[in-house]
Amino acid sequence: MRSTHIQRNPKVLVELRTCFRQSRETSPHFSTLPWSLNVLLIIDCQNFGPNSPTLGSRKVLTCCARWTDSLGRGEVVFPLLTSSKRFRQRRTAFIFHRSLQVEQVKLIDRFSTSNKSLTGTLYLTATHLLFIDSSQKETWILHHHIAAVEKLALTTSGCPLVIQCKNFRVVHFIIPRERDCHDIYNSLLQLSKPASYDELYAFSYNPKQNESKRLQGWQLIDLAEEYKRMGVPNSNWQLSDANRDYEICESYPRELYVPRTASKPVIVGSSKFRSKGRFPVLSYYHRDKEAAICRCSQPLSGFSARCLEDENMLHAISIANPAHHYMYVMDTRPKLNAMANRAAGKGYENEDNYANIRFQFVGIENIHVMRSSLQKLLEVSGTKALSVNSFLSGLENSGWLRHIKAVLDAAIFLAKAIAVENATVLVHCSDGWDRTSQVCSLGSLLLDSYYRTIKGFMVLIEKDWISFGHKFSDRCGQLDGDPKEISPVFTQFLEGVWHLTEQFPQAFEYNEAFLLQIHEHVHSCQFGNFLGNCQKEREELKLKEKTYSLWPFLLDEQKKYLNPLYNRDFSQKLVLLEPNTVSFSFKFWRNMYHQFDRTMHPRQSVFNLIMTMSEQNKQLEKDFKELEAKMKQRNRQPEELLTKEPLQSVHPVSPALRTSPCFKKEKPLLPMNDPIRTIEGSNTADNRYSEYMEELSKAEPAVVSLEYGVARMTC
Amino acid sequence: MEFAELIKTAKVENVQLSCSGLPPIKGTLCITSHHLLLSSQPGGNGEQGTVELWLLIRNVDAVEKRVANSLGTITLKCKDLKVLQLEIPGMEECLNIASSTEALSSVDSVMMMYPFFYRPQSMKLKDGWKLYPLQHYYQQIASETGAWRLSCANGDFTICSSYPPAVIVPATVNDNVLKKAARFRQGGRFPVLSYYHKKNGTVMLRSSQPLIGPNRKRCQEDEALLSAALDEGGHGFIIDTRSAQAAKQARMMGGGTEPTSSYPRWKRLHRQLERGRPLQESFIKLVEACNDTSLSMDRWLSKLESSKWLAHVKGALSTACLAAQCMEREDACVLVHGAEGTDTTLLVTALAQVILDPDCRTLAGFQGLLEREWIEAGHPFHFRYAHSAYSHARLKQEAPIFLLFLDCVWQLGRQFPFSLQFSESLLLVLFEHTYASCYGTFLCNSEKERCLCDVKEKTHSLWSWLNQPSEWKKHLNPLYTYNALVIWPSVEPQSLQLWQGLFLRWIRSSQYLDEAWAEIQRLVTSCEDAPEESAGCTLCHSQPDVAYPLTITGTANEG
Repeated sequence: MRSTHIQRNPKVLVELRTCFRQSRETSPHFSTLPWSLNVLLIIDCQNFGPNSPTLGSRKVLTCCARWTDSLGRGEVVFPLLTSSKRFRQRRTAFIFHRSLQVEQVKLIDRFSTSNKSLTGTLYLTATHLLFIDSSQKETWILHHHIAAVEKLALTTSGCPLVIQCKNFRVVHFIIPRERDCHDIYNSLLQLSKPASYDELYAFSYNPKQNESKRLQGWQLIDLAEEYKRMGVPNSNWQLSDANRDYEICESYPRELYVPRTASKPVIVGSSKFRSKGRFPVLSYYHRDKEAAICRCSQPLSGFSARCLEDENMLHAISIANPAHHYMYVMDTRPKLNAMANRAAGKGYENEDNYANIRFQFVGIENIHVMRSSLQKLLEVSGTKALSVNSFLSGLENSGWLRHIKAVLDAAIFLAKAIAVENATVLVHCSDGWDRTSQVCSLGSLLLDSYYRTIKGFMVLIEKDWISFGHKFSDRCGQLDGDPKEISPVFTQFLEGVWHLTEQFPQAFEYNEAFLLQIHEHVHSCQFGNFLGNCQKEREELKLKEKTYSLWPFLLDEQKKYLNPLYNRDFSQKLVLLEPNTVSFSFKFWRNMYHQFDRTMHPRQSVFNLIMTMSEQNKQLEKDFKELEAKMKQRNRQPEELLTKEPLQSVHPVSPALRTSPCFKKEKPLLPMNDPIRTIEGSNTADNRYSEYMEELSKAEPAVVSLEYGVARMTC
Repeated sequence: MEFAELIKTAKVENVQLSCSGLPPIKGTLCITSHHLLLSSQPGGNGEQGTVELWLLIRNVDAVEKRVANSLGTITLKCKDLKVLQLEIPGMEECLNIASSTEALSSVDSVMMMYPFFYRPQSMKLKDGWKLYPLQHYYQQIASETGAWRLSCANGDFTICSSYPPAVIVPATVNDNVLKKAARFRQGGRFPVLSYYHKKNGTVMLRSSQPLIGPNRKRCQEDEALLSAALDEGGHGFIIDTRSAQAAKQARMMGGGTEPTSSYPRWKRLHRQLERGRPLQESFIKLVEACNDTSLSMDRWLSKLESSKWLAHVKGALSTACLAAQCMEREDACVLVHGAEGTDTTLLVTALAQVILDPDCRTLAGFQGLLEREWIEAGHPFHFRYAHSAYSHARLKQEAPIFLLFLDCVWQLGRQFPFSLQFSESLLLVLFEHTYASCYGTFLCNSEKERCLCDVKEKTHSLWSWLNQPSEWKKHLNPLYTYNALVIWPSVEPQSLQLWQGLFLRWIRSSQYLDEAWAEIQRLVTSCEDAPEESAGCTLCHSQPDVAYPLTITGTANEG
């Protein structure tokens, strides 16, 4: 182990710069860090062996950095824990600001009315904020996840700092010195709002994968393959090269599928009549029904404008479905909004001008309504000592579940039009990248069991969200930009899927953890998939050259995301998922909005248990086969003949699902993806019915163990 | 009274039965003294019609009739929240069926109820009535401590008409003191032991309110009794299930709550829990909201809120947790009472035991708990569950306290899915049987009444039916593993859920959820059964160390 002690000496820094230049992934950080005083630690993990000191089950490395400056701060001792994936890397570099470490920081349980807290040390790294409490429990917060930092009024115990994250973690620190608090506050403000793409984590994240594997990762999802799976191109649909170089529509992908009868002039003309050039294209093709889901943006119809090419385009889509003589046009906006748009020269299709269309509004609200709805929801769910009645009325006032219901209702309408009426549906909203994405993707999910598999779900997101230009960067606020562009559109989609998984527990290959993990990474900016607003932008950013794709990583750990109850035959048999959308079917998604508030979760998880069990079974089956093979080998030896018989009596018993004691492993084979959720029993301190203590004027016992931020490493 | 007088039309042909989620069935409707039967019309090939409906009339909560063009429609709203529709040809028949059903369902005399007539062949009377005697429970305590004794002072129900003949009291207190203390408590419900916490020897007591009255009366015996429950120098908590205000006001009516001056070692905590009329109304409102599937999201949430049901669940759970916490963490004894000590008091003491005591979380232990803390403890089942959420009758003493308890247990089961030995289906069965049953277990208001009506001699016990292997198996939770720890639930509103299995049972299809549950059951039991089935396998591997040392160590290394 080598730890570098750095004098604040320009020469050393120059050397280090050189050293960093060799490893591409760290240099951007170095050059863009806002501070003048940087301290570098380089840890060579090569010699990091079994003899290193341990802490609990983890190995600890202590690194020192010493320096002097005008403020007289001298030394930092930084414990590093091997649990982090960083340590799989042979060599790691950390860059620290001089106030990188603040001692005696309190982490407050945000729901406690008696201000229970954990004391520990807060570290600021180039990518994460890290809190390690006295019991060495770590809380990692990625800078990109920080949605808001707030400094509250100074109290006697220190300066409170509240950090709200995009993954719905809320942490409340109390920092003893105001100056430190101010430093951290300012640093986080800068770090959480990068000004340009190259500052994002994805460009420095390096999981030490070789280049060919990295490239393979990007090829994992192939949309051309997906269209082939659906059955296009075919006699009615073809690949159009109209947007080959993004000449017609910048926010669409290069490859677009259109009806064979739609000529290039029709496409071009239609795109000119559609907002942002987003003309009607194929999103999903239903092979059996020969019906399609198409998507576009609103027409520039104003009060009376018409466009012959656009009318032809819709006609072409309509006749691409040979079985049918009408098609649906779904405007996912509330009628009022659509009408208001007419004044701005936009609007919706006039049924008189288009042959054989059935026009339908479905009334999903716009991004601004959704943003403030989520804001209200979070305010309510974050309230201390919340009563049931204020929770329910807050839930009602936020309108959140109403919006989720509206999105699902629209998806059901869409899916039924196809499955029951065999009709093609064209979906649009205003620009066709928010509500349209929600409705098209959820609709496809209801219709096609493939999207209910892990791989299929990735494909669905790549197709309807990433390639069709859902503005992830703007909607997730990846860069310092217009806060009015931020909106939880994708979160709503995931919540819609979650509601379906709740109603159809056997229809989905993936589980809730999968949805949560995707949500995590949509905001983490750790992988290239969700950066930028459209494919064109992604190509310009050279994401496929400079970053990693999320999907292979999720596939690698797919064990964690498997739904043990998944029944492939069942899912495929269901031609159409028909969820119940009576209001009582919608629930608050606790595991999303309180995913870090462990005290609210069930203390024992059925899914984990079953997953462990089926995992054990698989292992046992493997063991059994090995044993069997070995037995066969030995049985060939004549002296073993006598013992053959009892062993063979084992054979009729199926090797599956056996847990006979001698086979039993000591530990569950699958590490629970979250041990906290499976604790038996629990601690009274977790709950807040206990706070009559004040009445008794008694000191709080010291054994309080708060199941708070369990570190979830995202690097 | 003869049942026959109430039955004007005993049989109607061509009646159509419909209920939501099922295709309508046509058949012959018969009405007997206790049942409505509908057998479907036999098919053309002469086969016998099958009985499609076998409804205990006692289960009918409300009968609504509508007559148009000689076709009458009767809507039967049942106490288990199911709603049935019968289309009856003939106006007169319809009206007769409706009035007979109404009359038969509201027979109030206990002795006329179905349990007194129900004689299944496979069961013997008297079985199951002695399954969970208090003596057993007392012996468990006696094996740990000598501080408590079983008193039979109430053997003839003269001290307290709602207590069972035997109660557990401090060993140092004699029966005379009990008699005097009883006079100082409403309904004679003097403090008795409800639960002994083996871990630290603390106890939970329950009683009714003391009769302090406007003149601030005291009672030495009562003070001595409560003091005897505490260890030397120990202290206790009195959890009053009324608000401090309400407890104070009760003095004007002769009641009140223990003043600190007379009970210096007891600290009072007030936790208001709703009961009586407000609770019944909450139940009615919730059922109404659940039945209206046309509600918009906002209306639904606002109705759910205004029903306050989940607030009651939270209140009950947190008060029970408070009691449990006083015992487990403060090492203190607890006395729980409200006013009469027969409703919210029992809710708190029973729930606290489920939280604290792993034995109460087994199927048999749970039955024992219900027997001890609800039935013998004198919860007035007959009054409380005469009508359910649909009834148009004027409410008297109805209140779904026991349902609230079951809901709380369900919430515990949701949060600790491996810690209860029984599944949701048991809770549903209990819910049904409190309102209408062919067993005598939930009849009457107290042990005294049960004695007077010979319930234990003339009816079957629900437990002996539930404990038949086939039934028992149905209600086992396949995921159960013994958990010796206290199960502290989260009582945040975000952690509480509407009990869909009960309130939406007849409203939404649960096919996919049921299938998923069956799958869980299949996965788990196929794992558990394995060691038994493969006994031969285990055997032949039990001595392999000699025969196959390589094989065994080989896998061990790889593992």
